[in-house]
Amino acid sequence: MSLNKTLVDMNYLLKEAPREQHFITGAQAMAEAVKRASCDMAIAYPITPQSEVMHLVGDIYAQGHIKEYYRAEEELGTMSAIAGAARGGVRMFTATSGPGLLRGLEAIVSWPGHRIPCVLGVLTRVVNAPLSIQPDNIEMAYLMHSGIVMLHAENQQDTFDMTLAAFAITEKVDVYIPVSVSTEGFFVTHAKGYVDMMSDELAFTECDPYKAPVPAMDNEVPPARIQRDAPVQKSNFMSYLIHSVWQQEIWDCNKRAMKYIYEYLDGPIEVTNPNAKVMLVASGCAAAQAREANRYAEEEGLDVGFVKVRAIRPFPTDELNAALAGAECVIVPEHNIIGWLSKEVKAAIPNGGIVVEGPRVYGGMTLPVELIMTEIYDALGMDSLVLQA
Amino acid sequence: MSKKITVGPVGYMPQSAPSMGVELSPEGKALLYGNIVEEEEAMRDAAKALLTMDNPTIFPGPMVLWDWKEDVAEKSGAILDLASEIPGCKIIPMPDYRPKYPKIDVKAEINPNHPNLTILDNKIKACVFIGVHCHYANLTLRMIRAGTACYTVAMCAEMGHEEAMASIRDVHAADVLRFRDIIIEVRNELGIEYTTTMPPENPSLPKEDWGSLTPSDYGEYRSLIMSKKGEHVTAVE
Repeated sequence: MSLNKTLVDMNYLLKEAPREQHFITGAQAMAEAVKRASCDMAIAYPITPQSEVMHLVGDIYAQGHIKEYYRAEEELGTMSAIAGAARGGVRMFTATSGPGLLRGLEAIVSWPGHRIPCVLGVLTRVVNAPLSIQPDNIEMAYLMHSGIVMLHAENQQDTFDMTLAAFAITEKVDVYIPVSVSTEGFFVTHAKGYVDMMSDELAFTECDPYKAPVPAMDNEVPPARIQRDAPVQKSNFMSYLIHSVWQQEIWDCNKRAMKYIYEYLDGPIEVTNPNAKVMLVASGCAAAQAREANRYAEEEGLDVGFVKVRAIRPFPTDELNAALAGAECVIVPEHNIIGWLSKEVKAAIPNGGIVVEGPRVYGGMTLPVELIMTEIYDALGMDSLVLQA
Repeated sequence: MSKKITVGPVGYMPQSAPSMGVELSPEGKALLYGNIVEEEEAMRDAAKALLTMDNPTIFPGPMVLWDWKEDVAEKSGAILDLASEIPGCKIIPMPDYRPKYPKIDVKAEINPNHPNLTILDNKIKACVFIGVHCHYANLTLRMIRAGTACYTVAMCAEMGHEEAMASIRDVHAADVLRFRDIIIEVRNELGIEYTTTMPPENPSLPKEDWGSLTPSDYGEYRSLIMSKKGEHVTAVE
């Protein structure tokens, strides 16, 4: 680092280092995490105005917390350059939103296969026409089948902690694929919340590019070599087999990330009142609203529990099965129209028919707690209109 | 012990060991057939395989073939010591990870893009991978498990490999020598009489004859050694 920081391991940084409370936006929280990550380089095409994360990262570069930073020509260029730099052996960060994410997606989905360790901030916004810059997390659905590790932050504190943890997880030799930290644009990125942070004189141990499952890139080894003389582009059985086991390896890496999600983030889910008849399952900003609905329900003496999903990939199938074992109804509130989380939950549990797919809001709509309460009343066979009055 | 990971061939489309529930062993432990065991137990089983199965072979990877950091020479020396205690053991390198087209010399090397070819051609029934980067080791071990009947041992400098029948993690020179000692111990227990012998030179590697080289011998790299039109190279190293 160009600044004289004390380098420490991630367990100390996240769990032991003294913290002080700050009142900052989600975008600031993500940038503050990058400040403490011994990040070598950031590249961005900062999508404006949904997130100012990369503007703030530019500031911390100017302050000397990052060695190199530049604005690429657009998102595909950004994501391609991230790949090249990471495989060259440096610690990388970028962030994007909605249409920017989709424009960079061709490069992003090739990251895991090229074993790119990097951290990607995803500050979600509407991606479809008519144009809108409001929050909606449908873009996460496009990432779910790419192989990258996906964390979903509920609030500013999560954004800070998950971003820091992501830097450690992505560089584990048995993982070594990108880790994304998503949170809702505007609701989290532009709103202030309390964040407990350690001193910025502390930083994560620097990147060791030799502790890697693949050699640093040169012209004789993949991925560079692959692009020039691809074993997988030959038309024979061995070529198909290498490609298939390579794909398997990426998802194995994704699976191996789970133990580090336990190590750094206390696991992929958080459970409140696990034996309840009605369970709320939510991630990101919707988890904040579901948490509030759970509090309302508790005040009303209703038999309701709550599961916050922190990790979308690897998906916590076993953990959800354990948490929802006694549930008769599972309500999944979401900030998107397709309901990607409810589909995942349905597929994960043996009795998927108990999943209520909603309530959902999208296009920038907020998610009132009352919408979730209505589903709870319905699930419990109560007259919701009377109760809400 | 139930064997989760067994000697192949497991079939056309292998299922990966992690997707079958196999997890890497913690520090100080090893994996044997996908189960977490003491290192010595895994080493003893691996030793028995290398001593009793046909054509035992060590496949050293780039990390022990090039003297790129301080402890490599010591580790490579230990690997030679290990090979010299296994009767009939050959050493076939995995010098890099490039796909070898149009055809690999299966007597001379093994390649992660088509490791089966070397295993099958040399009728190798037990082998050790060491010094191979983890990503390529995992691909290689899975493809061998898919298409061959070969007992695989992974000696890994990092966390080990779920795909191998026996996986030893955090391997340094001292661990290779400990494995050599276990090989000797098991060899004596099995009553195999043997005098320490270095493995044979790789018979398939052509003798280097620099006098008869032509640009075409450099294949796709020939443009690097040929002067361009109008270029006059005067300085040589």
